[in-house]
Amino acid sequence: MLYTVLTSFAAIFTIKNILFMIFGVTAGMIAGGLPGLTATMSVALIVPFTFTMDPITGLVTIGAIYCGAVFGGAFSAILVNTPGTPSSIGTTFDGYPMTKQGKGQEAVFTATFASAGGGLIGTVILIFLSVPLSRVALKFGSPEYFWISIFGLTIIASLASKSVLKGFAGGLFGLLISMVGVAPIGGDVRFTLGMPSFQGGIQLISILIGFFCIPEMLKMAGNLKKHKMKTVEMQSGIDVFKKSFMNVFKKPVNFIRSSIIGAFVGVIPGAGGNIANLVAYNEAHRSSSNPESFGKGNPEGVVATEAANNATVEGSVVPLLTLGIPGAPPDAIIYGALMLQGLRPGPELFSGPNAKITYAFMLSFFIANLLMFVVGILGGKAINKIVTSVGHKYLVPSIIFMTILGSYAIRNNIMDVIVMLVGGFIGYLFKELNFHPGPVVLGLILGPIAEKGLVRGYLMGQALPVPWMIFFTRPISIILIVLTLFSVIWPFIKNKRDAKNERGAA
Amino acid sequence: MRKKLLIITLILSLTVVFFASSAFAEYPEKPLNYIVCFNPGGESDITARTQQKFLEEVLGVDVVISYKIGGGGAVGFSELVKANPNGYTVSGYNLTNIILQPLARENPGYETKQIKPIYTFEFTPDILAVRKDSDIKTLDDFVKYAKEHPGAITVGGSGTYTPNHLGALEFDKEAGIKTTYIPFTGSGEAVPSFLGGHVTALMTYTSMGVQYREEMRILAVAAEERVSYLPNVPTFKELGYNYVEGQYRGLAAPPDMPKDKVDILAEACREVNQIPEFQAKMEEMGFELVDYGPEKSTKLIDEKIDFYKSILEDLGIT
Repeated sequence: MLYTVLTSFAAIFTIKNILFMIFGVTAGMIAGGLPGLTATMSVALIVPFTFTMDPITGLVTIGAIYCGAVFGGAFSAILVNTPGTPSSIGTTFDGYPMTKQGKGQEAVFTATFASAGGGLIGTVILIFLSVPLSRVALKFGSPEYFWISIFGLTIIASLASKSVLKGFAGGLFGLLISMVGVAPIGGDVRFTLGMPSFQGGIQLISILIGFFCIPEMLKMAGNLKKHKMKTVEMQSGIDVFKKSFMNVFKKPVNFIRSSIIGAFVGVIPGAGGNIANLVAYNEAHRSSSNPESFGKGNPEGVVATEAANNATVEGSVVPLLTLGIPGAPPDAIIYGALMLQGLRPGPELFSGPNAKITYAFMLSFFIANLLMFVVGILGGKAINKIVTSVGHKYLVPSIIFMTILGSYAIRNNIMDVIVMLVGGFIGYLFKELNFHPGPVVLGLILGPIAEKGLVRGYLMGQALPVPWMIFFTRPISIILIVLTLFSVIWPFIKNKRDAKNERGAA
Repeated sequence: MRKKLLIITLILSLTVVFFASSAFAEYPEKPLNYIVCFNPGGESDITARTQQKFLEEVLGVDVVISYKIGGGGAVGFSELVKANPNGYTVSGYNLTNIILQPLARENPGYETKQIKPIYTFEFTPDILAVRKDSDIKTLDDFVKYAKEHPGAITVGGSGTYTPNHLGALEFDKEAGIKTTYIPFTGSGEAVPSFLGGHVTALMTYTSMGVQYREEMRILAVAAEERVSYLPNVPTFKELGYNYVEGQYRGLAAPPDMPKDKVDILAEACREVNQIPEFQAKMEEMGFELVDYGPEKSTKLIDEKIDFYKSILEDLGIT
């Protein structure tokens, strides 16, 4: 294996490959930063061009785009409160408040350090733990997916710390709109108002743009007196750079935990960066000694989400290469690319003549993440400058224009644009009424996973005397139930302990 | 003055040339938009991507693949029937989906007869598989176990009202057994559940059988004859079950596309199907090529409409 690794490493270092990777990372970052263009779409756009390349060059380019796109979402999340991809939802929670405090550049640099670092940890996991992890991935059946999504819903409690009731109301609203369209099981058509274009359901990205971006744009538009975004009197670039470095590595536990969460969530097929970043955010919030500062511009929040989502990239490649099962949607497209290159995922990829290509692909994530760091620092500085120096009267219309293009681009469906705009107005109302958009999006993401897990689990339980027992008898399910209970009860324990401590202090 | 005149003459003559050329130009002369109604990376997409390069060579224009995804293809199909029939927008079609969605749903946005088939180029039969380590060694074992434990065998497959779903129901009926069908959104989701041991068996396509041949024990294939890429797998018919099912895939046009253009595209699809490099690639991935032109495809669809209607009635679904 070592010999293969070394020769593969040498095979990546051609000028052509490095140039293509720089192109890939940059193009990915631009696509990821534009709301509506997701990592999946960026990868789908580049795949046809890679057919003519030799396999290694083609695959490293795809890998670089994938990394870049997942990272690029952070820029728009931090600077204009719009998750460029669903993987950066959590980045808005603390990244955008930092921008509002004039610390946009620090937030972008912190995201860059965290993303590249998370990606590197993910790559190490990919190279050394692929085979055992892929076995773990297969242990997750429908009942487990159901419990994962229930566990995921407990994140609402930490997103909506001000009012848990409003948080859960938002979460239920998200679950409700997740049911629009053809039912994933049984094929019933639900809540489409008789309109065929709704059969495909409500797109997560339309809602993301609507609920996160539009309210913020309306707010800016209503406040044109303030012409530009606030910027703090910048210390020199080097100081910001150092501060961002410290944000990530001074408390390495948060960074490492988030990366591991990211990689692991990536390995589980069907769950991707959109879930990983929220879980990591939740854990960072829960274990912080200062949870009140979250949501108000705590850099730890940015570190958690960005380290997690870039580790998801490598994690999601694990089941793809070992089993031919895509860990996340972009991997489904990479799967197609592998097939068309004549590479059949599975054990064949790790032995014989194909091993060199496989290891080159895995190792290229190292280089892609390092390149991403360089491009991120240079580009981040520039884009922060542009966003903060352009007046609101130019910024707002250009962003609204891009959101319309972006939501049309999701699947070339005008309905997605209408949903985005209507969502924007509902989102604005929600904001005025102090509903957090996080739970709505969480409900929309987890709704289908919970539904499929529940119905399929019940069907699988037909062999048991009581079908529902299947949800309570499997070992991983039990672990997930315990985690869920812990997650629900923990805030109460913590409150009690804090109260005790205060009394003790007094 | 003379210069002005020269410019005017030039512009006029260019316009004439332009119109003349466009009037007499051979179709197709601009890029062909090929809609894929299913997720990138799925069977329909892989087929389209494999065809793309060869179609471009044959037609001499770019073939641009775009995605209109959702509702098991219904979103894309309903877009297709509303598209401009100028010959530059076509879409991949899946036979079972375009027949069963209008039968099973109140308003899928199109009617089966509105989808005008250009060519049917591929047939992917169903296979029934268990894991390599399963106690079930043959189809007889499967039927025997199912008779002893009605409903206890779980059969995973891709989607509802798909060849996998109907295949599971048809086979149950043919063999006189009862199994529990568990629908997944796409083969990509069904396979991990199967490999992880969460469902007993998998009703899937031959393409998956080729892909996972090391992990699967394929009990039988639902084709008329054994398929070349899985030579050791018996057909259901050989084993005494009159059951053939699978997905036909092809290219379709909006309802009013002129016949001459349909014929040109059909001829292009036929030529692509004859290219050895294309055939090799498709076989390697477990797709079986078929050659049904526009008329034959229409006939196939008509036959299948009656067939599926009777099946749904038998099963008491409609």
